[in-house]
Amino acid sequence: MLKINNLSAKIDNKSILQDFKLEINPGEVHAIMGPNGSGKSTLSNILSGKKGYDVTGEVLFENNDLFSLETEERAHKGIFLAFQYPLEIPGVNTNVFLKTSLNAIKKARGEKELDAIQFLKLVKEKAKELKFDEEKLGRQLNVGFSGGEKKKNEILQMSILNPKLSILDETDSGLDIDALKTVADGVNALRKKNNSFLIITHYQRLLEYIKPDFVHVLMSGKIIKSGGPELALELEKKGYENIN
Amino acid sequence: MRDKQIEDLKDYKYGFSTDIENFKAPKGLNEDVIKFISNIKKEPKWLLDWRLKAFERLKVLKEPDWQKPKYPKIDYQDLYYYSAPKSFKDKPKSLDELDPKLLETYQKLGIPLNEQKRLNGIAVDAVFDSVSVATTFKETLTKQGIIFCSISEAVQKHPELVKKYLGTVIPLTDHFFATLNSAVFTDGSFVYIPPGVRCPMELSTYFRINASDTGQFERTLIIADKGSYVSYLEGCTAPMRDENQLHAANVELIALDDAEIKYSTVQNWYPGDKDGKGGIYNFVTKRGLCKGKNSKISWTQVETGSAITWKYPSCILKGDNSIGEFYSIAITNNHQKADTGTKMIHLGKNTKSKIISKGISAGFSDMTYRGLVDISPKATNSNNFTQCDSLLMGNKCGAHTVPYIKNKNSDSNIAHEATTSKISEEQLHYCQQRGLNPEEAVGLIVNGFCKEVLQQLPMEFAVEAQKLVGISLEGSVG
Repeated sequence: MLKINNLSAKIDNKSILQDFKLEINPGEVHAIMGPNGSGKSTLSNILSGKKGYDVTGEVLFENNDLFSLETEERAHKGIFLAFQYPLEIPGVNTNVFLKTSLNAIKKARGEKELDAIQFLKLVKEKAKELKFDEEKLGRQLNVGFSGGEKKKNEILQMSILNPKLSILDETDSGLDIDALKTVADGVNALRKKNNSFLIITHYQRLLEYIKPDFVHVLMSGKIIKSGGPELALELEKKGYENIN
Repeated sequence: MRDKQIEDLKDYKYGFSTDIENFKAPKGLNEDVIKFISNIKKEPKWLLDWRLKAFERLKVLKEPDWQKPKYPKIDYQDLYYYSAPKSFKDKPKSLDELDPKLLETYQKLGIPLNEQKRLNGIAVDAVFDSVSVATTFKETLTKQGIIFCSISEAVQKHPELVKKYLGTVIPLTDHFFATLNSAVFTDGSFVYIPPGVRCPMELSTYFRINASDTGQFERTLIIADKGSYVSYLEGCTAPMRDENQLHAANVELIALDDAEIKYSTVQNWYPGDKDGKGGIYNFVTKRGLCKGKNSKISWTQVETGSAITWKYPSCILKGDNSIGEFYSIAITNNHQKADTGTKMIHLGKNTKSKIISKGISAGFSDMTYRGLVDISPKATNSNNFTQCDSLLMGNKCGAHTVPYIKNKNSDSNIAHEATTSKISEEQLHYCQQRGLNPEEAVGLIVNGFCKEVLQQLPMEFAVEAQKLVGISLEGSVG
């Protein structure tokens, strides 16, 4: 599904990712762990299409050259990024934003757009599953939301958009244990349908609830070690410094 | 040349400077042209005298030049002051008699003029250049005693009302453009709502400047008698032309005791091309008088068009407990310029005003909010709340806020809030990641920014305005 070959990225001439390689197959859950400044967020930014990076190498998503696609085209093809810092958009109702997003993607795919009633039914169902306060759906997008609510809102959007590949950029940071479980429930519900995940995190805590198929350790822009779920536990014990 | 034109005037039955489509007065601004206009409209003598008085006054008035957007000198002798589609020489009696081409034009503009639109419950008085084309829904309105017609017709049929109120809010001597309008106004709308009547539908006028080299000078007069209510919508478009065209309208609103007038404008005049060539000069005077106690006047404007927009829809809060509101969205893109805002003049006791202004500038454009809140010594226990928000797109445009505040009453208070922000790259990236293209993303963010104002528009027009907001900013990103 996703193939990253020799990806290098620089910003303002500073090298962040070097010869990064990764392959994700349908239905797989990959976790990338690494200390601050190892290039985790750069990876999610580049995959989502954020501008400002000098990149070389190749990224293929279902055999499409990712770099020839605009950010929104990547979204249309099924890439979703749960942002580390979800943005506030004043004056835009959360429901309106979600519906606009879903219908923009459906339209690009040549699918039938949802009308207001169909959409509300879907959003209410998903909000209930994720224990997302329905009242918040009527509020301005992320405005006045707590950190945890913003993160849950990202997961709600993910479950509504049903992406093929979801990238979770430190979605677990700042979450209490209940919210963490909710996030995991959201991921696990989608996982059943053969969707793939790239989970970027500092801690293995989230991985207790979402069992990854693969764990990769990112240090200074490179994957220095890959393994199964046990690698996360090893990291937790030894720390990043001593993983080699 | 000039002599010949005057010759033509004297013999106006045949001698008008006509071309295939239009029927015009000779170029230039002089007493003869004013007499010509008055004559062709078969106006009573008092109105001609009124126009001539305005013209006398105009001679000593200077064009104001304190505004931020500057423009090349206008040669007032090089304009046509009257232009009508030729088929109007014999005025049509019903829609069926209208030139099909006119109807087609209105259809293109999406103007709800004929039967099918009746379902929308909008009564339309359409102004094509200088003549009111058709007034619909007259019967329904007439039953309730509501008068909704062109101002020319009102002069003929309801002279007592016109005479009583015309120029009472914008006096003859007001300022250059308003006085110019008083001298040469051609047509416009007239509304009278009798006491206690709630107008059952939105009333609407669409203005359209068609002929080239034509200044358009409409005059609108709306009177809401005691305890009545009316909601009025004005929409404007103009075709593309290379030269600049002047639009200097006057709108007067009068609300008597316990009456309410809601006046909404969606202005989409031709803004000029990407390099700033052509476009409308929209120099309009709009003023409402809350004459009676407990009266209310609310202005809502969505200004997206014109090369230069220069207007301050205002409220004079004379009646005790009267309320004035101003909700504005102004968008400038490319080389457009706007200097707009409002004036809230508090004269009566317990008067309240509210100003919500949202300015969006993109491209090389420049936007100024200019507003006056003036609380007089007698306006005890009055208050104003003002919020001015500016949104900038890119780094070549400008946004300025110039509030003038005069509080002469210690029991009254004025609150002013202002913000300036930019659409961030991060916000755009977030929306794009959710599948929106950059223009859809900007449209969404800007509509969110404008929400408080868009909510004030009548339902049918809110949707239109939302789209317009998106369209106006096309090409401003990426």
